[in-house]
Amino acid sequence: MLTLTGVSKTFYPGTANERVALHDVDLELATGDFVTVIGSNGAGKSTLLNIIGGSLPVDQGTVLIGGKDVTRLPAHRRAARVARVFQDPQAGTAPHLTIEQNLAVALNRGRRLTLGRGLTRARRASFAEHLATLEQGLENRMNHRVGLLSGGQRQALSLLMATFTRPDLLLLDEHTAALDPERAELVLRLTAQMIDEHRLTALMVTHNMEHALRMGNRLIMMHEGQIVSSLTPEEKAQAEVSDLLDWFSQKKGGLSDRTLLT
Amino acid sequence: MLGAVDQGLIIALLALGVFLTFRILNFADLTVDGSFTAGTATTAIFIFNGVPPLTATVAGMIAGALAGLMTGVLHTKFHIDPLLASILVMLAMYTINTRIMSLGHDGLERTNVGLLSQTTIFTGLVENRLRGSWVSVTLIGAGVVIVALVVVWFLNTKFGFAVMTTGDNPGMAAAMGINTTRTKIITLMVSNGLVGLCGAVTAQYVGSSFIEDGRGMILIGLASVILGNAIFGTRYLWLAAIGVVVGAVLYRVAIFWALKWEFIKNSDMKLMSAVLVVIALVVSQSKGANALVTRLSPWRRRSDVPEQMSVVPNPFSPMAEVDAAHAAATASQPSKKGTS
Ligand SMILES: Nc1ncnc2c1ncn2[C@@H]1O[C@H](COP(=O)(O)OP(=O)(O)OP(=O)(O)O)[C@@H](O)[C@H]1O
Ligand SMILES: [Mg+2]
Repeated sequence: MLTLTGVSKTFYPGTANERVALHDVDLELATGDFVTVIGSNGAGKSTLLNIIGGSLPVDQGTVLIGGKDVTRLPAHRRAARVARVFQDPQAGTAPHLTIEQNLAVALNRGRRLTLGRGLTRARRASFAEHLATLEQGLENRMNHRVGLLSGGQRQALSLLMATFTRPDLLLLDEHTAALDPERAELVLRLTAQMIDEHRLTALMVTHNMEHALRMGNRLIMMHEGQIVSSLTPEEKAQAEVSDLLDWFSQKKGGLSDRTLLT
Repeated sequence: MLGAVDQGLIIALLALGVFLTFRILNFADLTVDGSFTAGTATTAIFIFNGVPPLTATVAGMIAGALAGLMTGVLHTKFHIDPLLASILVMLAMYTINTRIMSLGHDGLERTNVGLLSQTTIFTGLVENRLRGSWVSVTLIGAGVVIVALVVVWFLNTKFGFAVMTTGDNPGMAAAMGINTTRTKIITLMVSNGLVGLCGAVTAQYVGSSFIEDGRGMILIGLASVILGNAIFGTRYLWLAAIGVVVGAVLYRVAIFWALKWEFIKNSDMKLMSAVLVVIALVVSQSKGANALVTRLSPWRRRSDVPEQMSVVPNPFSPMAEVDAAHAAATASQPSKKGTS
């Protein structure tokens, strides 16, 4: 479903601020794969997702989604296949639009923008059904502006907006990081539920080792712009949080060695 | 007095355009001063050259839309800041409008075109001495209401939702597959098309076009939008649109009364517009004044916080309102119903 080959990205190349964010990354996701991504701050996780989503251009390498080369397509032309939920609850919804208007925009993701009616009775009814699955009572507030929802409710809504059209690929970037533990747990449960229900292929970035192990069938760890470790479904089923922490300390050690060498 | 209402209704066309850019697209578009004159100049010279008034009016509208297209291209293709892009076009339009006015069949260079002896869309009213009567108010009012309905319809289409999303959260719009370059350019064209239409109608109503016609029109549009939205709120689009029309009429009538005052001269209009916008901005930021307006207008519910503009650098930013609203809402109702 997703194939990255030799993807590299450097910010501000050739200046004092040069930052290598991704270095020669290869990644392959089969249809139905749900891969969790871990790695310390600045490892390049968000850059990876931004490149897949099309909001950042690559320096080198190719991105294939569903066998189609999308390397040069801008974000809005990948949207029919790729859906995203961001870390910031503000980022994924339009605060001045109502809940139902936001859903209507999401329903139209990647389709032609016509002068047909944005909302119809039938669409409202189907939105209400979908909203009910969130168990937030949002189906009774469909004409409220999204700006008045709590962060957790907004994130649950973003998740619904990203999944209910069954995208080929779902990208989640620390989408529970801004929520309190209780809401985070709820949004995580909804994530698992929706990915399962719609059989989505997904990439989920998280800093929570326990979440990274519990969710999905594969796991990758990034460090300094590279994928340094990868767990197969069998390995992942066996792994424990302490194993991941060991990995991390090994990488930190590696880092200081290299710093000494250069 | 009814003449002022006529003119206020005509200005409402421009105010609806300003509403689309400043409020919906969140784009501080100053092209207005240029596109308004593009409308008056194009229509006037077309009529002067013997083109039927209705066709000339459409031409004026298209001229305005093309000015909007220029601003849109400068902003989206060349990444020039909205304010700067629109100021550039405003300046460029001054020259272009002079050129347009010099397109008369006699080949003369002009900075004004008189239409008093020409047939315009208002000739029927003028000949029957009905300009500034209830008849003209009804006819012009009906036309403006139709335009307002078209604007509301436009925003309620799929494309309109995309426009609102572009203005509200451009990053999300792109993630939702919306080509924001297209939504921005088209909205700027529609907006400035309305401004051009306003110019086209104004030129025929007052019977002339002058190169300085557009100067300060953006302020008049803004004053109308702020005034109208303060009274009617922005909870529903159709109500906001009505508000903009009423705001424009109130603004024009206020100027009419002010001019009755002897020591105020015609040339004081610009300063008065500026002062009125400042007052409207200050008032719409004040909690007390907001509460008062809310109590006085049955259309605005007291709980309807999102309309309130907060004290922020850019009072036209829709984000600012919702942030303030969110803060107020979470402060006043700590229990979040519906979250498990
Ligand atoms: N827009 C940008 N401009 C310049 N540098 C950037 C930009 N985005 C990311 N970087 C740099 O690229 C590197 C990778 O950043 P990225 O955001 O992908 O990390 P991350 O793994 O998502 O980290 P975190 O866990 O903190 O979210 C960092 O060194 C960062 O400073
Ligand atoms: Mg990140």
